[in-house]
Amino acid sequence: MLDKRMPLEDMVAQLRDGMTIGIGGWGARRKPMALIRAILRSPLKDLTVVSYGGPDVGMLLTAGKIKKLVFGFVSMDLIPLEPHFKAARQAGSFEVWEVDEGMVQWGLRAAAAGLPFLPTRVGLASDIVRRAAGLKMIRSPYDDGEEFVAMPALRLDAALLHVNEADQVGNTVILSPDPFFDDLFGRAADRTFVTCERLVPTAAICTTERARYNPFERSVVTGVAEVPFGAHPTANGPDYGIDVAHLTAYGAATSAEAWAEYRARFVDVPNHDAYVAAAGGAAQLASVALPVF
Amino acid sequence: MTDHSYSLADLCICAAAEAWRNNGEVLASGITLIPRLGASLAKLTFSPDLMMTDSEAYLVAEPVPVGKRGAYVPVVEGWMPYARTFDLLWGGRRHAMIGPTQVDRFGQSNLSVIGDYTKPAAALLGVRGLPGNSIHHANSYFFPIHSTRSLVKGEVDMVGGIGYNPARWPSGVKPRGLDLRLIVTDLAVLDFEGKDHAIRVRSLHPGITLEQVQAATGFELEVPAAIPLTAAPTPEQLAIIAMLDPQRLRDGVFKGNPPGDRRT
Repeated sequence: MLDKRMPLEDMVAQLRDGMTIGIGGWGARRKPMALIRAILRSPLKDLTVVSYGGPDVGMLLTAGKIKKLVFGFVSMDLIPLEPHFKAARQAGSFEVWEVDEGMVQWGLRAAAAGLPFLPTRVGLASDIVRRAAGLKMIRSPYDDGEEFVAMPALRLDAALLHVNEADQVGNTVILSPDPFFDDLFGRAADRTFVTCERLVPTAAICTTERARYNPFERSVVTGVAEVPFGAHPTANGPDYGIDVAHLTAYGAATSAEAWAEYRARFVDVPNHDAYVAAAGGAAQLASVALPVF
Repeated sequence: MTDHSYSLADLCICAAAEAWRNNGEVLASGITLIPRLGASLAKLTFSPDLMMTDSEAYLVAEPVPVGKRGAYVPVVEGWMPYARTFDLLWGGRRHAMIGPTQVDRFGQSNLSVIGDYTKPAAALLGVRGLPGNSIHHANSYFFPIHSTRSLVKGEVDMVGGIGYNPARWPSGVKPRGLDLRLIVTDLAVLDFEGKDHAIRVRSLHPGITLEQVQAATGFELEVPAAIPLTAAPTPEQLAIIAMLDPQRLRDGVFKGNPPGDRRT
């Protein structure tokens, strides 16, 4: 029987400098943060990151891991501006490829379907068509002759996702209210690494009713790791909410000294269990209330 | 003075609600407190066919009160995750009111950066969905501080939301989904019903002069022969607003929570 289980470190060991990495979730929700922290501990560099950005992007930027960012926004939802992104963006410290959030899913969809691009009106008449380097236009070959943005495929070397439950062969279920675009990230990627709150036997992962929460088939998945609280400090509904207190402290840690302190306490720790303990312990993390928008 | 007092927040909520009058069966997305309460008020009064969400992932049959939910349980009527939101909005059946950082005389809006694009003085959220929203469906804007820093001279620093600027339109042809409606501010209500969709003064909040509004605007406003006062909230509207915002979060939107009628 297939067994895709692997430690976080083995997932990160499959990544290379200069790769294009897609990160699932949205803002401060269902981000594969344990994997992000593992990347921070690794020597990886010069990454191109595609993300509906939150603290995943902020941490990778402050740690100097990102060469180029493909994004529509970076936000922590309940804390609208991401201070680490803000500081890095203002310093001009990375290459910006900013497009509408709908264009991001369109580019992932093109990659998933093996297409070089998909046409869209989004971006027309805005500064995106002037600012996003290399973005090209295309004219409809039909009678309308309309001009469109040709959103290029966002082909990923790897996708990183966090889900509620998975089994060892790569079946997954996302029980939180919004599956976001994790399915497209997975399909757009050569390799997809999934962390989950709970690893369950295949016999227990689905029922006909729960099958609706299965975002993609297991062949999308390369590796699986059971990492309880693997999305913390972002939310992983319905299991736990956004840890606003933690994100506030993280957001305040943009100076070199404060970041070094944050990093020593929460990133450069021996393993994920040590992170959970440092962040307040399993009982406390489990009690973080679900967000109300 | 009227026989009932109301705050500037109450006035702006009612003015924002007007954006959704006669909209039919569209998704009403009021982003941030005043627009959200405006959309909610519209749905509970003159536009019952509006669709709304809980601001997360579910369609709700009645507006969800803002703030801590307490015992309130949203009345879910459907599902609206982001993927479906894009599907819907690219089809045009939506009217959003958001609070960008800047808007210009064309109605172009910016939520991305202030200043130079490569090394901005202030990095904000990013373009988010502004380009896609503005080219596909109706949009309105809310500004809690009407000033030349928010309603700017020239063009906005990064055009995210598109506007009535033919120089930027493909082949000079107006994108068919472009449809800007209202701008609600702490001073006035503006619309796009001037010549060639120029921004026009629609109403002045009680106690605010046209000169004040023009001085706080970075571009020339079109002025009709007669400018009405922004309609005062009715007692019925105030009662609904109180129900939608039981913790009075709206009192914190404007500095000092001023009265809606500023005539002395």
